[in-house]
Amino acid sequence: MQKIKHSILGQLIPGLSSLTKRGAAGWITIIGAVLVVSIVLMTLLAPWISPHDPSAIDVNPPPNPAPPSEQFPLGTNHLGQDMLSRIFWGGSIMLQVAVLSVFICLIIGMPLGLLSSYAGGVLDKTSSLIMDSIYAFPGLVLAIAIAATLGRGVVNMALSIAVVYIPSYFRVIRSQVLTIKELTYTEAAKAAGAKRRTILFRYILPNVVPSIVVVATVNFADAILTAAGLTFVGLGVEKSIPDWGYDLTDGRALLPIGAWWVITFPGIMIVLLALGFTLMGEGLSELLNPRLEQ
Amino acid sequence: MLLLTIVFLVVRVLPGDPVLLHFEKAEKPEAIEAMRRNLGLDKPIVIQYFEYLGGLLQGNLGKSMQDYSPVGQQIFSAFPATLELAIYSMIIAVVIGVLLGVRAAKAYNSIQDHSIRAFGIVTYAIPVFFLGMIFQMVFGIYFHWFPTGSRTFPTMEPNGLTVGDIHISTGLYTIDSLLEGNLSKFIQAVRYLFLPSLTLGLVLCGIFLRLTRSNMLETLRQDFVTAAKARGLKETTVTYGYALRTAFLPVLTMMGLQFAALLGGAILTETTFSWPGLGRYIVERINFRDYTAIQGAVVFFGLLVALVSLFVDILYAFLDPRIRL
Repeated sequence: MQKIKHSILGQLIPGLSSLTKRGAAGWITIIGAVLVVSIVLMTLLAPWISPHDPSAIDVNPPPNPAPPSEQFPLGTNHLGQDMLSRIFWGGSIMLQVAVLSVFICLIIGMPLGLLSSYAGGVLDKTSSLIMDSIYAFPGLVLAIAIAATLGRGVVNMALSIAVVYIPSYFRVIRSQVLTIKELTYTEAAKAAGAKRRTILFRYILPNVVPSIVVVATVNFADAILTAAGLTFVGLGVEKSIPDWGYDLTDGRALLPIGAWWVITFPGIMIVLLALGFTLMGEGLSELLNPRLEQ
Repeated sequence: MLLLTIVFLVVRVLPGDPVLLHFEKAEKPEAIEAMRRNLGLDKPIVIQYFEYLGGLLQGNLGKSMQDYSPVGQQIFSAFPATLELAIYSMIIAVVIGVLLGVRAAKAYNSIQDHSIRAFGIVTYAIPVFFLGMIFQMVFGIYFHWFPTGSRTFPTMEPNGLTVGDIHISTGLYTIDSLLEGNLSKFIQAVRYLFLPSLTLGLVLCGIFLRLTRSNMLETLRQDFVTAAKARGLKETTVTYGYALRTAFLPVLTMMGLQFAALLGGAILTETTFSWPGLGRYIVERINFRDYTAIQGAVVFFGLLVALVSLFVDILYAFLDPRIRL
């Protein structure tokens, strides 16, 4: 255990310090990562740092919603729930949906992209056609159609988001494999008698990984925004679970009475989380694929 | 075609029986059976599929599960509102995106460039409905500058142009009010349109900004730009008349591609601003569990995206003579 810890940390720390030497892209990555890590930490620590139970009604005696005060720094919503506690807890659903959907995208999109582009032929043609038509479709509309059919819940949300974004992975991997396949070192491996599997996993895959990392990071942001969108149209999780997307949706009804705090804080949290992943993706894509820029 | 099949499969084959889902509580089996028969859902899936395709060719998207009226008609009556919102949002997105992109490219690596890029990234990370609600809050509820919902004042719906027996009405309120020659209706329509289209336009402008910036950076380095400058042409003429013209083609392609994203954003924007278009129709029908309506609207969106990309391809060939269709 000690050894593993040592080696991972040992790699990570010089990695981090080298990031600061990589100019703007390195700093952008660091800022994004700090945002994401702090929001994840906040969500994980929610049970210990929340001043109130996020679902408890009338923590603040009526009238509610009450504006931010000393006792409730972010105010309360129309049910008298403490907004600060709901902010601490509310990221969990989004993070779960995002992680799960990126995972589904990876386990389906990656092998499909690798195999179909390497094998070529009918498999490649069919899967490209299907992927391209999904890709061309308005993502949110498709996600809504699927989520409406599947019903509520974290897994269903993740599934409907994954279907929309698998083509992004497929396309990036396919275009890279098609190039790498023709490179001299792959031919050399082939000539040396390497098995197909060896070529695919030892020679091609490692060179595709950087692009996959970039796509996945950006995809986290997309998944979070799509999850928020699904919640907004009424396809999110059950109302009893604290969720930024749900609070934001619910707060819309309170706008006319001027209760700005009910929507502002959950909205800012979603923006910060999506921004964190976007910045990371932005920085990583510059660091990992310097030639792709411009 | 393939898209239609996918949508059909998604809506019909995925687990979950629309009829059972439609009735939230337990209902008599006869009632459920009757509804199934009424909607043609008792037939084998293959037959359903071909019936649906057949209907589609005749412009028939099936009957709504909510009120049994034709889905096609409902979609067509809601569509102009979405189209109007989409057109103005796209204009706003392209204008803001291109202008800022050019500025950023000209001020390459300066503070101005960095802040414009940061702005582009932030617009990407904002949920469109959150931005919409902030605008409603600030410009609608706090300052009372703009209305926060619906398409126009209830009595201000434009009638379009009537010449003798011919009646021309586009369903686009800004155009209809001008056709009618009623300026106050036009101003109302624009006032109601302003916040929703600004919201959607701002969220989409980031991608145009980034594309224009990188294209301009490349174009500004090219010889013909230097040559134009050397001939003593004005800076603005060189930038906008020469360089931007070359850098604009990819932006045009992107407009076609972004149309799909625009429709997705329109669903959320329309819901935020109670804009009576297709997006709000879909959201309403989700709450009613009206699966035929949702399917119809999704198919319609698919056809629309296909049409737009075809149109952009043709336009592209028209603008760039090197491209042959």
